[in-house]
Amino acid sequence: MNTGAGAKHELLPNLFRLEYSKMTAVLYRRFGLKHIEIAEDIVSDTFATASANWVANGIPENPVAWLYTVAKNKARDCLKHLNVVENHQKESNPDDHEDGINDLEFTRQHISDSQLAMIFAVCNPGISPEAQICLALQVLCGFSVEVIANAFLAKTETIKKRLQRARAELRRDNFQISVLTKSEIMRRMDTVLKTLYLLFNEGYFSKTSDKQVQKELCLEAIRLILLLTENALTNTPQANALLALFCFQSSRLDARVNNKGEAITYEQQDRKLWDKALTEKGNYYLVEACNGNETSKYHLEAAIAYWHTTPADTNKWQHILQLYNQLVIIERSPVALLNRIFALAKVNGHAPAIAETEKLNMIENSHYHELLGYLYTATDPAQAVVHYDKAILLTKSSAEKKTLQKEIQQLRLKRPE
Amino acid sequence: MKEFALIFRMSKHADAQPTPEQIQERTNWLASIAAQNKLVDKGNSLSAANARIVNNGAAITDGPYTEIKEFISGYVIIKTETLDEAVELAKANPIYKIGGSIEVREVVKLYNHDR
Repeated sequence: MNTGAGAKHELLPNLFRLEYSKMTAVLYRRFGLKHIEIAEDIVSDTFATASANWVANGIPENPVAWLYTVAKNKARDCLKHLNVVENHQKESNPDDHEDGINDLEFTRQHISDSQLAMIFAVCNPGISPEAQICLALQVLCGFSVEVIANAFLAKTETIKKRLQRARAELRRDNFQISVLTKSEIMRRMDTVLKTLYLLFNEGYFSKTSDKQVQKELCLEAIRLILLLTENALTNTPQANALLALFCFQSSRLDARVNNKGEAITYEQQDRKLWDKALTEKGNYYLVEACNGNETSKYHLEAAIAYWHTTPADTNKWQHILQLYNQLVIIERSPVALLNRIFALAKVNGHAPAIAETEKLNMIENSHYHELLGYLYTATDPAQAVVHYDKAILLTKSSAEKKTLQKEIQQLRLKRPE
Repeated sequence: MKEFALIFRMSKHADAQPTPEQIQERTNWLASIAAQNKLVDKGNSLSAANARIVNNGAAITDGPYTEIKEFISGYVIIKTETLDEAVELAKANPIYKIGGSIEVREVVKLYNHDR
């Protein structure tokens, strides 16, 4: 028995972080989407019981097993109660009585199956993409409303409302989370991958300057996509490509923001801070993604990210440009179009890149002006400043504003006006 | 684009069980091909121990290694415009460090609409 005050202080928050989403997943699956809040209450209640009990009696031998047992007992009592209520209202099916106790086993396999089932439940095509990410963060990752609001730079009230609507939609949905059939998986797989992609991006291109929040969003996205690749039904080439992309991107996570919360551009990053183990994992999953003849958006983005983690190759930008050429055919997103031109500038020079950019005429887009600012820097500093100024007005990210202001300062230093 | 099979040949039986470093190097090489969108099939390694040669007349011998110096350790399929380009990609493979070699062969397809 461990009664050290320091250990006690650390233990519960850590256990909460690690176990909350596992426990809720198993209970969600048992209680169904209709009673999603009951499942959450049971888990919160279990942690409350633990904190009271452990202070009085000391920390048990196996804290995790203790939590699982308490949650299981609470769930069992609650199911009995629910059955009584529901039987009173209508003649419900008799086999609904004492069944499902086995569904409350917190085994490794059952936990990951339940989490997987929940991913597919949350990624409901009827819920808007932003709401889906919020819901994923809350339901799958166990994030508080405050943390989610912080990540989105939104008011807590806004997030609360968004979550309420999404939860209502989830309850209405007749999606069965108890059995995950192949056809249901196929139908929702695209939405699932898209949600995880957005979840990761929310962390990676976060508007907040809180490094910890950013990192946690990215790590949660990785944890969830790993669940997909570990299950035979969901281990698709696209899932592997997306995981490769996450590995490559997060290998640079520590190098992208300095201690002051300022973004550091790719060229100025300290390469010693890049995580080599993660790039190697990225390589592995990129190769795994090449099972079959599929070239999805995630494949192309992962391939581009590969070249960004590989410092020395003379044809690097040539490769990147070719990949962007293919990407803009699959998805003509503003980001892809602008990034393609950046690669074009590296291969063909800035003048043709400026001509290509101005053809796009995305004057409401901050990245459009940022790119033009960058492209004009060497030849026309005054024009570069004009575009950087516009970018500062258009961007909502404070980290980006800071970076752009720095660029302007440097331009002014070079050529005082 | 044409498809080419890269057939890996090794001469030392001991090297058929690659070290983690060798696997890593090989994955990195494969990833660079995947990242150029030129990997068709990541292929397979072929067992060096669990092998038989079946000759005409059902004469079966244990593994190829007692009779020939080189044995096939695996294959990968890539797609490039030309044979030369495929050869260039093959040159970067780490197999040469351990005395192996690579045979590059175009995959012949009955209906190749791509040409």
